[in-house]
Amino acid sequence: MATALSLTHLGSLMRGVRSVDEVGADERAASLAKRSIKKSSKLWALDLAIRCMDLTTLEGQDTPGKVAALCAKAVRPKPGDATVPPVAAVCVYPLRIADCVAALRGSSVRIASVATAFPSGQSFTSIKVAETEEAVRAGAHEIDMVIDRGAFLSGDYQRVYDEIVAVKEACGEAHLKVILETGELGNYDAVRRASILSMAAGADFIKTSTGKVQPAATLPVALVMMEAIRDFVRETGRPVGFKAAGGIRTAKQAIAYLVITYETLGPEWMTPDRLRLGASTLLNDVLMQIDKERTGAYQSADYFTVD
Amino acid sequence: MDVRKTYKLFVNGEFVRSESGRAYRPDGGQVNVPRGSRKDLRDAVRAARTAFPAWAGRTAMNRGQILYRAAEMLDGRAAQFVELLGGARARRELDQAVETLVWYAGWTDKLPQVTGTVNPVAGPYFNFTIPEPTGVVGIVAPDDAPLLGLVRRVAPALCGGNVVVAMAAESRPLPALTLAEVFATSDLPAGVVNILTGQRKELLPWLASHMDVNAIDVAGCSGEEVKAIEESAAGNVKRVIKLPEGERSPYLIAAFMEMKTVWHPIGV
Amino acid sequence: MAITKKQSTALAKQVFEYAPAPEAVDHVKILPRYGLFIGGKMVAAHSKKRFPTINPATEKTLSEVVDADEVDVDRAVKAAGKAFESWARLPASRRARYLFRISRLLQERSRELAVVETMDGGKPIKESRDVDIPLSAAHFFYYGGWADKLEWAFPNRKPTPLGVAGQVIPWNFPLLMLAWKIAPALAAGNTVVLKPAETTPLSAMVFAEVCMQADLPPGVVNIVTGAGRTGSLVVSHPDVKKVAFTGSTEVGKLIQRAIAGTGKRLTLELGGKAANIVFEDAPLDQAVEGIVNGIYFNQGHVCCAGSRLLVQESIAEPLLEKLKRRLSTLRLGDPLDKNTDIGAINSRAQLEKIQGLVESGVEEGAELYQPECVIPERGFWFPPSLFTNVAQSYRIAREEIFGPVLSVLTFRTPNEAVEKANNTPYGLSAGVWTDKGSRILWMAERMRAGVVWANTFNRFDPTSPFGGYKESGFGREGGVHGLLPYVELN
Repeated sequence: MATALSLTHLGSLMRGVRSVDEVGADERAASLAKRSIKKSSKLWALDLAIRCMDLTTLEGQDTPGKVAALCAKAVRPKPGDATVPPVAAVCVYPLRIADCVAALRGSSVRIASVATAFPSGQSFTSIKVAETEEAVRAGAHEIDMVIDRGAFLSGDYQRVYDEIVAVKEACGEAHLKVILETGELGNYDAVRRASILSMAAGADFIKTSTGKVQPAATLPVALVMMEAIRDFVRETGRPVGFKAAGGIRTAKQAIAYLVITYETLGPEWMTPDRLRLGASTLLNDVLMQIDKERTGAYQSADYFTVD
Repeated sequence: MDVRKTYKLFVNGEFVRSESGRAYRPDGGQVNVPRGSRKDLRDAVRAARTAFPAWAGRTAMNRGQILYRAAEMLDGRAAQFVELLGGARARRELDQAVETLVWYAGWTDKLPQVTGTVNPVAGPYFNFTIPEPTGVVGIVAPDDAPLLGLVRRVAPALCGGNVVVAMAAESRPLPALTLAEVFATSDLPAGVVNILTGQRKELLPWLASHMDVNAIDVAGCSGEEVKAIEESAAGNVKRVIKLPEGERSPYLIAAFMEMKTVWHPIGV
Repeated sequence: MAITKKQSTALAKQVFEYAPAPEAVDHVKILPRYGLFIGGKMVAAHSKKRFPTINPATEKTLSEVVDADEVDVDRAVKAAGKAFESWARLPASRRARYLFRISRLLQERSRELAVVETMDGGKPIKESRDVDIPLSAAHFFYYGGWADKLEWAFPNRKPTPLGVAGQVIPWNFPLLMLAWKIAPALAAGNTVVLKPAETTPLSAMVFAEVCMQADLPPGVVNIVTGAGRTGSLVVSHPDVKKVAFTGSTEVGKLIQRAIAGTGKRLTLELGGKAANIVFEDAPLDQAVEGIVNGIYFNQGHVCCAGSRLLVQESIAEPLLEKLKRRLSTLRLGDPLDKNTDIGAINSRAQLEKIQGLVESGVEEGAELYQPECVIPERGFWFPPSLFTNVAQSYRIAREEIFGPVLSVLTFRTPNEAVEKANNTPYGLSAGVWTDKGSRILWMAERMRAGVVWANTFNRFDPTSPFGGYKESGFGREGGVHGLLPYVELN
């Protein structure tokens, strides 16, 4: 990795990142959102959406009880129906990792923890690194870090870069997802720049949002990030995953992300190793759609557990 | 004993004899006028085409200044033109020709504001339409007002940034050739206006069929000539401009123009 | 999970590549045969000749229409002439209301019209649904608003209508071209005789129904079907005062010649060979979309298609890689499928023309790229194609192909781009892709073309004038400029 890059080099490199035309990106995303997949394929797509899901709770009021319930849902989204697969991971605050470890023992569901002074990232690098190390030690398989938007927006790309490198190192074996918080970056040019910076610094995944800022994930932002991934893979050969998070509530939205992934990155990305959908309330809608497809009748929320 | 003027064609900013070496004496008079050939026409079109980008690229303000300068030069030679035109209406024709140049001189920097538009399209795009010169324009002057008739068409064509190959009135070509002297002293770049004399019957078909002429104004043509011109014009989809001879309006300038529409997304 | 990554990838391909989502056709009624729309009703033709109109995606006959003859055309023009007297005298605000009414009816029947358009012409339903029909309705709405405001469009003049307009339209955007022709003509107080294209008459027949539903006074709009001969009868009828034609440059020239000396007013919207110019600083991914939209939209059956890609040499390699990859994601197939990007070629004749030109490209030495693509057994199809190693002199770089075929050329400097872009007898449109604002304006100024799309391509709007320089025709359609061809300025 290019840790030796000096500030001036990195700055000029970042300013040299190709621009994105907002209207063009919006239109392409909108046209992809109109794609429909065939009825018989819908079940497979919904199944994939679950397999790629990071079931998330990130609230100050999260308790061991709440997290235990979430984990139960993660392992067995539809009680009594083993054909519905477990989700990819649960995503929690660091203090709740221990609750997950207990609840998820023996399952395939991974534990993801946010870290690095989530969601603002406005703290000391040493603390972010320490938090990451603690989280991994507590049992997190995946770390969702936030970039220092303050540094990014003030043009201090080196600081952002170095911090990602440091956190990546602190992750050890754990996978690193780098949250760009695209809703705070101002435009797609910055989204693309942040994507490339994060990938160059070692991100395993790049992720749209914390879910704490509006707008969170949008289809055009996903498109822009995926195009950056595509270019990065072309340049380096290293595949990087994509995670959309925040505001994804319906199965229809989830399918739109699958379509855009397929069209932009191709079928190799249609797997939990490279695609994640972070969401707290999406799962039930997906489950309702699965039942709708199976039974032919539109469903009621009363029949799906609120966890 | 006076020193007589040799009348010459005006091509590429120079006064030249017809390459054919031929001349004719209009109206049974004693003055030899060059009988332009198809090769002279070809040279004139080539000169015009070469001059086009730079003339079209001049600022509107600059084109206006030059047209006004032409009005000054024309007015300064008023006596000469009145004599050339002859007859009771000569003075009036001259005055109107000067007035026409002044009028169009003031239009150069207003035409886009009057005929251009910003178009409120239903999407995140900035969209505007502006007039641009069509290119090389052929103009056929009418015989009855050999000065004014020509100025009425040359001025609006130049106003928009076109370049001109004009055919002088066959029976009364002298005012047109003298007008060339006016243009030659008005800071008009070489080739922007070219004036040919000769037999219309001989030259018109070449002008109408020339593949590098973009438009042709037929104010001075008979119905039969218009039909022939329109048939030939189809060869390269020439614009055939058929507004009334007395037309003086931005609609006439616009007839020598193309409307260009530009789209650009609006985004951050 | 038991699914391996490889299986998952294969599954993803199945799910997302082959997903027929056909538009329902049960709400559409196409009659087995149509008459002519003359004097406000569908009438039996004098001509006994009929021809089938087929679905180019299936080669099945959809209906039969009349090959209108001299008597039919004369009747239509007479009906229009008779209607003109009262239509031109009608209070302008009433004319406006009829146009608004037509616009609304088109919106109400939009899905039906989209399906008819797609079945008759082969274009993807997503295009007829999202572009052709909404724009057609918008066009009538826009010009409806002008009908009683003409004096504000032409300061210092009294605009008056011309009389009967004879209009001949092409098969690539049948209803939209109808709207471009009829809306401004009617708004200005003219009446029309319109001849739709031979291969795509059906949406015009539905439009005839719309006119009846709108209670449009009889004879204001007349529609005669037929082939080229019918078209020439329309434009050369002595009572037709105004001719408007959209189609090939070849036919445009014939019309200009045919009506020479008649005093008829003429507007022509003809062919093109647009350059789509990509500079090295362009937003590449959007440029790729723009290139795709520029040439593969409507199977390239677009007069303003960006059929020549001029790419700055320094980025030719990555751009072409992106473009080829993108081509491989284009879906060719059933035009009624909502996911289809490339529909059917409009006719066998057009397919043969495309094939011939593509063969010439290969023979002249260009390198052809076509993504893997399953071509349906029946119907007329041509895969999205891209030529590299193209010289300016090749036919594929000079002639309008009117198919999904892109010729790629490179340039080194802005001046070279300008020179190559303008090096054509056509001048309909041009595209420019660059991130530099001053260069956009510099390029826009130098393009000898009626429409310049900067960092976008193939956008249309009723308020936005459209039309060509040079052999791409003259006159503008759309916007306030689109009224001028239909008025006398007194």
